[in-house]
Amino acid sequence: MSGPGPCLALVGNPNVGKSTLFNALTKLRQHTGNWAGKTVDTAQGRFVHQGVEYRITDLPGIYSLTAKTPEERVAWDYIASGQADGVVVVCDATCLERNLILVLQVLELTDRVLVCVNLLDEAQRLGLQIDLEGLSSRLGVPVVGISAGRQRGLDQLKQAMARLAQRGEGPEKRAAPRSPQERALLAQQYAEQTVASSRPDALERQRRLDRLLASRLTGIPLMLLLLGMVLWLTVAGANLPSQWLSQGFDWLGQVLEGWLSGAPGWLSSLLLDGVYRVTAWVVSVMLPPMAIFFPLFTLLEDLGYLPRVAFLMDHAFQRARACGKQALTMTMCLGCNACGVTGCRIIDSPRERLIAILTSSLVPCNGKFPTLMALIAIFFVGAQGGWLGSLKGAALLLGTLLLGAAATLGCSRLLSATVLRGTPSSFTLELPPFRRPRVGQVVVRSLLDRTVFVLGRALAVAAPAGLVIWLLANVEAGGQSLLGWCTGFLDPFAQLFGLDGVILMAFLLGWPANEIVIPVMLMAYLSAGTLVEYGDLSALAQLLIGQGWSWLTAVCVLLFSLFHWPCSTTCLTIWKETGSLRWTALAAALPTALGLVLCFLVASAGRLVGL
Amino acid sequence: MREIIDMAALDVGQSGYVTQLSARPAMERRLMDLGLVRGTRVTCMVKSPAGDLRAYLIRGALIALRRADAAGVQLERECPPAGGAAP
Repeated sequence: MSGPGPCLALVGNPNVGKSTLFNALTKLRQHTGNWAGKTVDTAQGRFVHQGVEYRITDLPGIYSLTAKTPEERVAWDYIASGQADGVVVVCDATCLERNLILVLQVLELTDRVLVCVNLLDEAQRLGLQIDLEGLSSRLGVPVVGISAGRQRGLDQLKQAMARLAQRGEGPEKRAAPRSPQERALLAQQYAEQTVASSRPDALERQRRLDRLLASRLTGIPLMLLLLGMVLWLTVAGANLPSQWLSQGFDWLGQVLEGWLSGAPGWLSSLLLDGVYRVTAWVVSVMLPPMAIFFPLFTLLEDLGYLPRVAFLMDHAFQRARACGKQALTMTMCLGCNACGVTGCRIIDSPRERLIAILTSSLVPCNGKFPTLMALIAIFFVGAQGGWLGSLKGAALLLGTLLLGAAATLGCSRLLSATVLRGTPSSFTLELPPFRRPRVGQVVVRSLLDRTVFVLGRALAVAAPAGLVIWLLANVEAGGQSLLGWCTGFLDPFAQLFGLDGVILMAFLLGWPANEIVIPVMLMAYLSAGTLVEYGDLSALAQLLIGQGWSWLTAVCVLLFSLFHWPCSTTCLTIWKETGSLRWTALAAALPTALGLVLCFLVASAGRLVGL
Repeated sequence: MREIIDMAALDVGQSGYVTQLSARPAMERRLMDLGLVRGTRVTCMVKSPAGDLRAYLIRGALIALRRADAAGVQLERECPPAGGAAP
């Protein structure tokens, strides 16, 4: 093979499964989900077919090529510049008519086009039959039908893509430009001629589900119920694997201790008590909740539920003078604030996008969940075990999340009234058809991806942090450890907010990752500078109460953990997305100020009533 | 009889055919991209809890619009088939 191989571009409406197809072809792992705007960047990948390497570019989803939005401009530039040897227009078989409008537009730019009708399995479920040959003869370009999510029709597609790329350098034939009116009517005509519906009842079922999930009476209760259920499964299911993991780490720790018995005392202490224990704590406490929450959440995403959440919450965002799509970026923030910040690109209005970015860290990310869960379990659920205890824990966790959502709305309104003044802009929100979630695939994929992510993060952040903390705790100056000096210095300030020096120090050192806040706290409390049993909550409870924690302290830590500066990755992402240090500083100051104010109020109220 | 209403006045289950688009330019273009041109059939499918956002079936896709945006689209109301009015 000489030089780079042929290059093909994937274009299509948002949410037609381009990323799924891209992943299936390239074996890469772009995040996919059943809602419009999931892919905001272009992605590059390659695949080999019959000894030839093909490069493919996954362009962001667009409704047209009028080059008005940034995504449209990217796609238009790419196609019009002739960088690609061919364009694959991906269509949603369940909504072919609307998709054909874009196909007709692409045909006005180039004739090196392959139409790929995706989601044939979903169309079949809805009783839609598509005459692919008829469509091909009407459009004058090849048409291939696939179901990318179930890996069907991919070989045929690769063959067609190979033929498309081989067509060489002949002159391009372009269709005559049409008006939007003409295009829409032609698309309608083609769709009427090539799509046959045999099961109106299946479509009716979709509508019924929508009326149930998105309407006046049932929508919001069902949303809270679903979220509560996901949280309950997370709380109830995380305990057992956490115990297994910590037992495993205990055993491994003893093995390591044996190996290091010959090394100098300070070295084995540094490696075992510092690096190993923090890493082990982070993995055994962080991994199980993430490994449960993420697959469940991805199932809801795959079903197409998230846009319905945005639909339900739009009114609240409108009153906060923000965009209804902010609900979508908020749900992304639940996973990872940095991902949520990048996701804010789906909001067209710059003012509303900034509001969404600045308030993004008010929603607790997955890294904060275990901290919140542990505090709730120790101080508010108590000894109650079993399903009742986990139910109570889930309810309190739900309340915490709702507090985060309320803060997001409140701060959005505040920003709209001060630095980001303006009225809500217009927007359209697409509610995609409900799809049957690919359960096996989703669970395995998100579980594996999460595990790799958490392990990588534990190694990259928790291990070095453990090292630093060990050093701080063990290097002495003037008869006190460095850590002691720092926490002593912070203590008077922290007491004002119902915290103490150690807690504040832990949050400061936890800037690289929220996961390590609790381990740092524990290390500092134990004068020897080592962690206790990992994952065992009763030992943790004893330690904290012994250090003078009351439930009031727990409330303040809970609030501060919910509202403080975003982690370093999120800060960096905000800086990249806004291109401004001032907005980044505001994004860090806003949640911190809110957290401090709330903690101060709670602590003062507590003191007043004599707690 | 031809009855012209704006799209925001369409209730759940009712349909109409677009006669005129007069939204803000950016919105008008976005609506045309979605295939909402003269003659397009629109059906109101779901109303949000506050009633301000409604989802419309447009060319096989379900699109939600706020009241202020939907008001820029003029429709000719479709007579309900069950109404039995003779042509």
